[in-house]
Amino acid sequence: MKIRLDNVVKTFETFRAVHGVSLEIESGELVALLGPSGSGKTTILRMVAGLEYADAGHIYFGEEDATDIPVRDRGVGFVFQHYALFPHMTVAENIAFGMKVSKTRRDKATIDARVADLLRLVQLDGLAERFPGQISGGQRQRVALARALAVDPKVLLLDEPFGALDANVRRDLRRWLREIHQELGITTLFVTHDQEEALDLADRVVILDKGQIVQQGTPEEVCRNPASAFVMNFLGDTNRISAAVSDGVARLGEAEIPAPGFADGPVEIFLRPSDLGWSSSGAGIPATVARVIDRPAGRRILAMTATGDAVELDVAPETRVNAREQGVITIERARVYAAG
Amino acid sequence: MARRILPGFPLALGITLVYVSIIVVLPLGALVFKAASLGFEDYWRIVSSPRAVASYRVTALSALGATVFNLVFGMALAWVLVRYRFPGRRFIDALVDLPFALPTAVAGIALTTLFAENGWFGSVLAHAGIKVAYTPLGIMVAMAFTSLPFIVRTVQPVLEDLDPALEEAAQTLGGSDRSIFLRVILPLLTPALLAGLSLSFARSLGEFGAIIFIAGNQPMSTEITALLAFIRLEEYDYQAAAAIASVLLITAFLMLAVTNILQARALRYTARG
Repeated sequence: MKIRLDNVVKTFETFRAVHGVSLEIESGELVALLGPSGSGKTTILRMVAGLEYADAGHIYFGEEDATDIPVRDRGVGFVFQHYALFPHMTVAENIAFGMKVSKTRRDKATIDARVADLLRLVQLDGLAERFPGQISGGQRQRVALARALAVDPKVLLLDEPFGALDANVRRDLRRWLREIHQELGITTLFVTHDQEEALDLADRVVILDKGQIVQQGTPEEVCRNPASAFVMNFLGDTNRISAAVSDGVARLGEAEIPAPGFADGPVEIFLRPSDLGWSSSGAGIPATVARVIDRPAGRRILAMTATGDAVELDVAPETRVNAREQGVITIERARVYAAG
Repeated sequence: MARRILPGFPLALGITLVYVSIIVVLPLGALVFKAASLGFEDYWRIVSSPRAVASYRVTALSALGATVFNLVFGMALAWVLVRYRFPGRRFIDALVDLPFALPTAVAGIALTTLFAENGWFGSVLAHAGIKVAYTPLGIMVAMAFTSLPFIVRTVQPVLEDLDPALEEAAQTLGGSDRSIFLRVILPLLTPALLAGLSLSFARSLGEFGAIIFIAGNQPMSTEITALLAFIRLEEYDYQAAAAIASVLLITAFLMLAVTNILQARALRYTARG
């Protein structure tokens, strides 16, 4: 089902959590709401679910205005950050809950069969009779997903679904959720503050800051063309250096960075560590190595430029470099934003 | 013995055992010893006399009535105190403990004054043909008054800790308010309710001070078991007093044991597997 938010506003007490957000999610799409804490992403998700009422604006499910439909009639599947499994029910009873309380009567055999199907889907066949307190965090999250899917929701909503899990479990669950989404094709909206998770999982990423959408697009679009310094910064490690433009070119040490369309004056240059290189001489920013950190994928150099900016850059594992060495930072790619 | 990180175990255990022995076990032991010094036939004759049996009936039924009343009213009170914010909430919260603080005899006299036929409540109820003071209903009122805090104070913390996401999850799954209460909230409160219920019932069985003023104390109809034991004491018939008291003791003990078992059952989901 297609979801459309039209200029939705939400204020808590005196704090404006969401300022006029408009958003369209196509049927079957997997969309991430990405933003730092306090950006309003969870509030938006809860409004779509009906767990909060919007103060202004409309939410449409397909052609239907769902703004005032109570949560229990909205037909959404919601997966909570801390699972919210019913602790006194077994895994099977948790999954069956939605079918048991539903207005459409189902006989016991139908419910049992559906529970068995869902347990198979989330790969928890043997755990039907366990209580939530007896299974691991990753398993609980899968039970929560199965429970949400049991009522055939029109939309699946996930609030920081992997936030409370170990890094390895997270990666596995992410891939697995992607597979489930492909299999079921259900419109899915999830909230995360982890950019890697959003880029890894979503068809489209919506980036929020202070209750507003600052950019949306495919992972490729937002990675290659961050619309603002905030997005650039939020999507990954970056170095920020102040510089001045003259005649459409910004200069950093010996390096020249084209800045077409910028008037002469101060700008901010953003450099990803992987877009920089280290060389003993050449056209670049003269710098001194402060420290080298070794990582599985390569080496990270923490350097100090001659003008006093701290810069981090990633180089190949075989690069020979030591602390206190002097050299030049070469620039492969850079992005220029107005100083602000 | 394995070495312990936490200090003070021998001292703490020692103090605990001494206190439990002196304050709890010794008096109860004396009671049982006294009752046991009767032969079985004498014991049975005393505890099964019609007057004693009538006192058991009125005590147990009144305690049951008071506990059921407290179960409903106490849970509602706990619910309101936890779930809603309103002016005077803290005041009501403090008021709940009053029956614990008030001397029970004072409570009994106050309740008698209110519910007597010329009292504020009593005169109104008399018009409706309901008599409270000097009837089993009065006993129930006094018991309910003195044991209310048990239910409220056991349910309140559990209700406070209940994750709101559980109810939200149940709502997104289509649960009505009724089914959420019956299937999610009530089962999670059950262990606390059972604990409060058993304490409330045990307290009602043993309550004395508040009841004797309002009960009328007619043998065979409004005489409670604790009073009968007291009367036997006044007559210097210590063995009979101990025999009657032992019935109360055994009842309270059995009831606590049963609710403990029920509680363990209701909490079986917390067992690690």
